[in-house]
Amino acid sequence: MSKKNASVNSSSDFWERNRRSEGYLLRRRIKSACISIARALLMFGLCFMIIQPMITRFSMSLMTERDLYDSTIVLLPRHVTLENYKIVADLTDFPRSMLNTLWISIVISACQVVAATLVAYGFARFEFPLKKFWFACVVLIIIIPPQTIQTALYITFANFDIMGIFKLTTGKALNLRSSLVPYVLMSLTCMGLKNGLFIYMLRQYFKSVPESLEEAAYVDGCSTLHTFFKIMLPDAAPTIASCFLFSFVWQWTDLFYSRNFLTGYKTYAVQMSTMASRMGRYFSKDANQSIVVPNGRSLQLISIAVLICCVPLIILYCFTQRTFVESLTMTGSKE
Amino acid sequence: MSKKYRKIHDHWYDGIKEALMMYIPGNKVFGTMAARRARIGTLFILPFIIGFIFFMVRPLIFSLQMSLNEVTLKAGGGFEMAWNKFNNYHYAMATDPNFNQYLVTEIGRMGINVIATLIMSFVIAVILNQKFKGRIFCRIIFFLPVILSSGVLPGIESSNEFYNMMSDISNSVQNSSGINISATLENLLSVSGVASQVFDVIFQMIDAIYDIVMASGIQIIVFLSGLQSISPSLYEAADVEGCSGWESFWKITFPMVSPLLLVNCIYTIIDFFMKNDNRVIELINNTMYGVKLNFGVASAMSWIYFGVALAFIGVGTFIITRAVKSYE
Repeated sequence: MSKKNASVNSSSDFWERNRRSEGYLLRRRIKSACISIARALLMFGLCFMIIQPMITRFSMSLMTERDLYDSTIVLLPRHVTLENYKIVADLTDFPRSMLNTLWISIVISACQVVAATLVAYGFARFEFPLKKFWFACVVLIIIIPPQTIQTALYITFANFDIMGIFKLTTGKALNLRSSLVPYVLMSLTCMGLKNGLFIYMLRQYFKSVPESLEEAAYVDGCSTLHTFFKIMLPDAAPTIASCFLFSFVWQWTDLFYSRNFLTGYKTYAVQMSTMASRMGRYFSKDANQSIVVPNGRSLQLISIAVLICCVPLIILYCFTQRTFVESLTMTGSKE
Repeated sequence: MSKKYRKIHDHWYDGIKEALMMYIPGNKVFGTMAARRARIGTLFILPFIIGFIFFMVRPLIFSLQMSLNEVTLKAGGGFEMAWNKFNNYHYAMATDPNFNQYLVTEIGRMGINVIATLIMSFVIAVILNQKFKGRIFCRIIFFLPVILSSGVLPGIESSNEFYNMMSDISNSVQNSSGINISATLENLLSVSGVASQVFDVIFQMIDAIYDIVMASGIQIIVFLSGLQSISPSLYEAADVEGCSGWESFWKITFPMVSPLLLVNCIYTIIDFFMKNDNRVIELINNTMYGVKLNFGVASAMSWIYFGVALAFIGVGTFIITRAVKSYE
């Protein structure tokens, strides 16, 4: 009763107020309603556009080959099948390649983040000679396309040697090409995938922490290393976590570094990119011959592989999106 | 840490003498607090210095060397280099049938994409910063492109030749049946005789809107973080003084966020230059690992490409710093 009364009151109140403001209130209400409708439409459209390929991929993944060529079927398959997933799993060596990718991504991103945190702290808090020069180098490694140096790196690691030590002791240089060592080395020395960006982000964060915190620690007799671990690191955890996540995601889908340095391990991204070439052999009955796989079919299988690649990342992202966004809010704002 | 010490380091090259004094014992600077801090700081960035020298400078020099030499593979697995002046560069620019053409088209595409990405991500960030129902849901979705456009994912389906063929066919079908809205509109507008080149560019953008949204994940986050750092009291004050929303957008929001334009612009250019579905990079890879194994020419190509990228970043930085300054 009282509720109804209140609403009646407020509506009559509205018209009363509107009359008193000479129609301004009504105009304003209409304007804001129009804006929010337009905004809702725009947002819906854009969100739909982002999600739609995933939906199409999913529905396509359930179709049989016959449904694929049936132009009357758009989204809902007539003959639902799960066989495609099995084929894709066979083609990409599914559980094994995924597990490989998982542990490689974790190892590499951990290395990258540890190195980047140390370097970023050095840049943010210490004054040392040539600091500007070294920071310019950080920006440079963000800018240089890795393709420029890929051959040279390849050769460096094919005959790896630290100032002739291995040549002296064993007689010849090491070939590290198919092991994880080169890439771990590169990640630990901040030359991995988009590592410059992490240094930049973390430096921005460390600079935003008030210096008085550390000074207080120094006054109380804390050593530099102790201050770093006990005072700076715990607060930096969200930013470091978001760097780790970025690194993880980029490593997960990376093709360039995996193809060049991780040839000994079957990673999912590489398996996925070479999948099309293995299809012909897979579908022919005879193991020594290959047949031409129809276009639509091969496209369907590739998009299933993409879907499988994305799903773990999307699940991870849904749980951690707060970390992603909030820590960037802290790092990006200061120039 | 002292202010005096900081003043010395206005230029990076001023530091060399101090460096020697700080790192080598036996002089009076060595024992000071500043020198100790400097040594610790250098230790912190040591991983970067090592990596930069061994895994960046050395390969860069090697690659430059290769680009200036005729590189032939030896049977044992080594290389033989013979100085051939700038023949590789000459070959890449003048003889190779595709490189020039790809470079120009990719640059054209990049110009449009960078501008479109900046505008798009800014608009989306402004909208996401407002309060409305389902905002959190929208945010989750708009950051999905960060994942969906990374690494192999964007290129993998379009690199499939069959797919290109199929999409060509479906495009032509759409065109003939008139379902394609933007093409129809374009026809209408071009009939009415408005400057057609401008419209071409705009329609190109509209057709590529999916790519643009997919490429603007990080940029949206950066802009959004900038927007959230603006204190609400500024808007309140403007509102009290009778500023309309439009005015406060141009007088408060835009100037406050414009420094981030530079960051985003550079990021977008770099991102575009390194994308997997970039045809120049494809060409470089093919030249390097394809049938010919032409390392010299491939290195020359990637150096030209890097030079162009650097030039664009320079130009972008120049324009944006100028434009931003005029707002202050």
